[in-house]
Amino acid sequence: MHELSIAMSIVELAQEEADRRGDIRIKAVHLRLGALSGVVKDALFSSYAMACDDTPLEGSRLVVEDVPVIIFCKQCDGQRPVHSTQMFCCADCGTPTGEIVQGKELLVVGLEVEE
Amino acid sequence: MSAKTRMIEVRENVLKQNDIVARELRRKFHDAGVFVVSMVSSPGAGKTALLENTLTRLRQECRVAALVGDLATENDAARLARSQAPVKQIITGTVCHLEAAMIDRALEGWKLDELDFLFLENVGNMVCPSSYDLGEDLRLVLMSVTEGEDKPLKYPTIFNSADVALITKIDLATAVEFDATAANRNIQAVRPGMAILDVSVKSGAGLDEFLDFLRARRADAQTVLGARAAT
Ligand SMILES: Nc1nc2c(ncn2[C@@H]2O[C@H](COP(=O)(O)OP(=O)(O)OP(=O)(O)O)[C@@H](O)[C@H]2O)c(=O)[nH]1
Ligand SMILES: [Mg+2]
Ligand SMILES: [Zn+2]
Repeated sequence: MHELSIAMSIVELAQEEADRRGDIRIKAVHLRLGALSGVVKDALFSSYAMACDDTPLEGSRLVVEDVPVIIFCKQCDGQRPVHSTQMFCCADCGTPTGEIVQGKELLVVGLEVEE
Repeated sequence: MSAKTRMIEVRENVLKQNDIVARELRRKFHDAGVFVVSMVSSPGAGKTALLENTLTRLRQECRVAALVGDLATENDAARLARSQAPVKQIITGTVCHLEAAMIDRALEGWKLDELDFLFLENVGNMVCPSSYDLGEDLRLVLMSVTEGEDKPLKYPTIFNSADVALITKIDLATAVEFDATAANRNIQAVRPGMAILDVSVKSGAGLDEFLDFLRARRADAQTVLGARAAT
């Protein structure tokens, strides 16, 4: 379970960002979460509430956007979704490939703030 | 009067701190000419056993050392120290994986340029280590024949974060009716093209091939770095 330490990093990052921008209050943090990030979403939600306790982010929401895995398929000569993380092949033509273009993201992409 | 809500766009990698330290470590390792290999697996898959054997044998021909992470106890470091190689335990306490900063701290005072190989044994855990770059050149994921052939399908992310799969305790394959074909198929399904090696510390099967593999990967890395330095 490393979601708590991930959640604490998220809270820290968001707070730093807010501090840099002056007198604002964070209502929600928007996160892009890749299917290959190694982070379990449900565990992250419960950890987030804990990580926010006794910080200026207490009571804020975590909004997660799931990011699917995209690979580069040589056969199709383009970026394609994978069949599934259990089956790393092009969803269009079925060619197996390990060339990952997207899906490892763990990014804070937005803050809903009140001023 | 309700306050106005607005959206601020940002773009911050949550693991930025770890990634920065890992990049710094990788640069240090390359400058020192040490090839760094990390090992991940579920608890008890045989990391320490394989590492003890590897350290003992590689020590005959080159300079090797290891860091080993565990939640508690110095047992694994004590086992590895029997190889006579320099070994240091990292006690992670409540943290279920190694992070780059732990490696950096543990290596304080070490003369990296006096090493050819450095091994990092991660905490036995198939989930959390996948998110953390340790600055290693090569990541090995171990699965033992007693764990079942579908491990890769259950933990695709850790297989995806690794470069090579080792199937361990191959001496027990018959006893547990291990289906090697299914295991290989599952590994290839989650990580097409992944190199797979079978090993047993008990019978010695595959250990020569494993050492050859490590030497070859180290030589490859040095060629690449040498070429880069020359340009
Ligand atoms: N039969 C057999 N047993 C093995 C082999 N390798 C390891 N073992 C046994 O498996 C058990 C666990 O091995 P370890 O090397 O401690 O495993 P580990 O992955 O380091 O375990 P943690 O650090 O606790 O995650 C020990 O009892 C070993 O003796 C092998 O090749 N064959
Ligand atoms: Mg061990
Ligand atoms: Zn395709």
